Amino acid sequence: MRETLNRDTAINLAILALLVATAVGAHLAGNGFTVTLATKAAIFGLAGVGLNLALGYGGLISFGHAAFFGIGGYVTGILASHASTGMPVTSLPFTIMGSNEMLGIWPMAMLAAGLVALVIGALSLRTSGVYFIMVTLAFAQMLYYFAISWPRYGGEDGLSFYVRNSFPGLNTFAPIQYFAICATLLAVALVFTAVVTQSRFGLALQAARQNSQRTIAVGIRPYAIRLTAFVLSGMIVGLAGSLYADLNRFVSPAMLSWHMSGEIMVFVILGGVGRLCGPVAGAAIFILLEHVLGGISDYWQALLGLLLLVIVLFAPGGLIGIVTRRGRHA
Amino acid sequence: MLLAEQALNGLQYGMMLFLMAAGLTLVFGVMGLINLAHGSLYMTGAFACAAVAAATGSFWLGLVASLAAAAAAGALVEMAVIRRLYARDHLDQVLATFALILVFSEGTRWLFGSFPLYLKLPASLSGAVVLPGGLHYPLFRLVIIGFGAAVAVGLWWLITRTRLGIRIRAGEADREMIGALGVDIARLYTIVFALGAALAGFAGALVGTIQSVQVGMGEPVLILAFVVVVIGGIGSIKGALVGALLVGMTDTLGKALLPGLLSRVLDASSANTIGASLASVLIYVLMAVVLILRPQGLFGARG
Repeated sequence: MRETLNRDTAINLAILALLVATAVGAHLAGNGFTVTLATKAAIFGLAGVGLNLALGYGGLISFGHAAFFGIGGYVTGILASHASTGMPVTSLPFTIMGSNEMLGIWPMAMLAAGLVALVIGALSLRTSGVYFIMVTLAFAQMLYYFAISWPRYGGEDGLSFYVRNSFPGLNTFAPIQYFAICATLLAVALVFTAVVTQSRFGLALQAARQNSQRTIAVGIRPYAIRLTAFVLSGMIVGLAGSLYADLNRFVSPAMLSWHMSGEIMVFVILGGVGRLCGPVAGAAIFILLEHVLGGISDYWQALLGLLLLVIVLFAPGGLIGIVTRRGRHA
Repeated sequence: MLLAEQALNGLQYGMMLFLMAAGLTLVFGVMGLINLAHGSLYMTGAFACAAVAAATGSFWLGLVASLAAAAAAGALVEMAVIRRLYARDHLDQVLATFALILVFSEGTRWLFGSFPLYLKLPASLSGAVVLPGGLHYPLFRLVIIGFGAAVAVGLWWLITRTRLGIRIRAGEADREMIGALGVDIARLYTIVFALGAALAGFAGALVGTIQSVQVGMGEPVLILAFVVVVIGGIGSIKGALVGALLVGMTDTLGKALLPGLLSRVLDASSANTIGASLASVLIYVLMAVVLILRPQGLFGARG
């Protein structure tokens, strides 16, 4: 037991070190493109870490986390665009001005994503199993269609903002500095997840996944626990959405689409469900595959599909599961 | 007059959704499988119809081809992949069928390219008919309504009146028992899956004729079919029919009427934008209301 735990920790640290080493190495070699790829991997990894809290530890198979990713992105885009025009976002019930300070935008993005997660979660968690999957998917799709049909912020075309938002003391335009911001947030989220999953709350959440009846029998209400996990998960994914919007300086309904939900889920699965760093490894591998397979063929997604099929059918523990020779963690 | 036309459009849309949702709900009810790749089978049907109709010049042969190709693709996928997923949890099913979508979509793009194909209606089905009350309505949309109704009756007959239907219902209730009674379950499941696939392919061909045939056409419809299944209750064909008609009507009438209704309280341009945005989320509001009142769906047995 102890040995496998150490092995997991070692692999977790190795994954993070590899990600940072890639970015730093590419930076030293003057390869800004690879730094950006590593940044993308860190952001997608963050989104995966968020989903993993609900999906891996809570057993809540949400197929709608693009909703929170997109909300985070849109909050960022909207605030940034209002900051450039100087018009308030809204004056009722209180005035919200635009902002181009990341430190101001992140809490707003997480708050908005958290509120939406609260509403979607409160409704969806009334159901379970396959209903839950379909309902979360449908709610995310609702936001997607809303974003498409709402012309104020670009509708179908999306919303561009020309200047990346700023962070005190850093030049966010330098790829390596933006990577440092994203990687730091990823590390914070990982520590947060590690602490939370070992806390009373985290243990109750995992107990509710394994046996809901017994959890009720010892006096814990699974609904409240799951809803809390769902909201926390949504907030982390919202933060990732905000970073992704800043990376591209562009948000579009595609961030809300069900393909995005599927991809975030793929990050988690590729790495291994319910493993701390699984989603980071999964996201990094996904980016790598996109890059490598995309170079081989325009139809790389078909190859990705086949690979995913093989992993689901023959390696249920994900790639880290292959390395640790174990099925599901947790 | 406008209302009657929109109601017919809603009915046609609902019937098409029913064709999709029937297969989904059947596969879930009998095999306990959530199949995201159902939209890919819809797309397969549409492309088969377009390809055969273009090669032979006969729309009817195209329709037959859509049924056959989707059923064959369904049976093949069931035997190669889906079969291994019945005993797995829903997460594995979601991922594997998501992977199948990627394979299907990119495979189709590779075969047919990214440009949409268009199907030409035979003269006997094109044009408009005059309905009682003087309404001119496209004949083909009436034909789709007719097909949908025929499938609904046919499925009801199949499930309640035939030997295969008895087996399907028995498989839903207790798969070990009917296995012990000598029914080949593996074959039964392949048949059910292929049947659902054929219905989806048929729907794809019909809708492809009204709109266009292109990669990715199945995905929006798939999600609407999920909404239908959630509203109607998983596993219930009757629920799929009622849910599909509700969703079809709500969506069509909402898009047609909401901007007009809102213009009584708002100015015209904001009524238009807000109306359109609201109409696009109306069916999800309907789903949320059903979930609050009846989490198991209108006709669902389990919670």
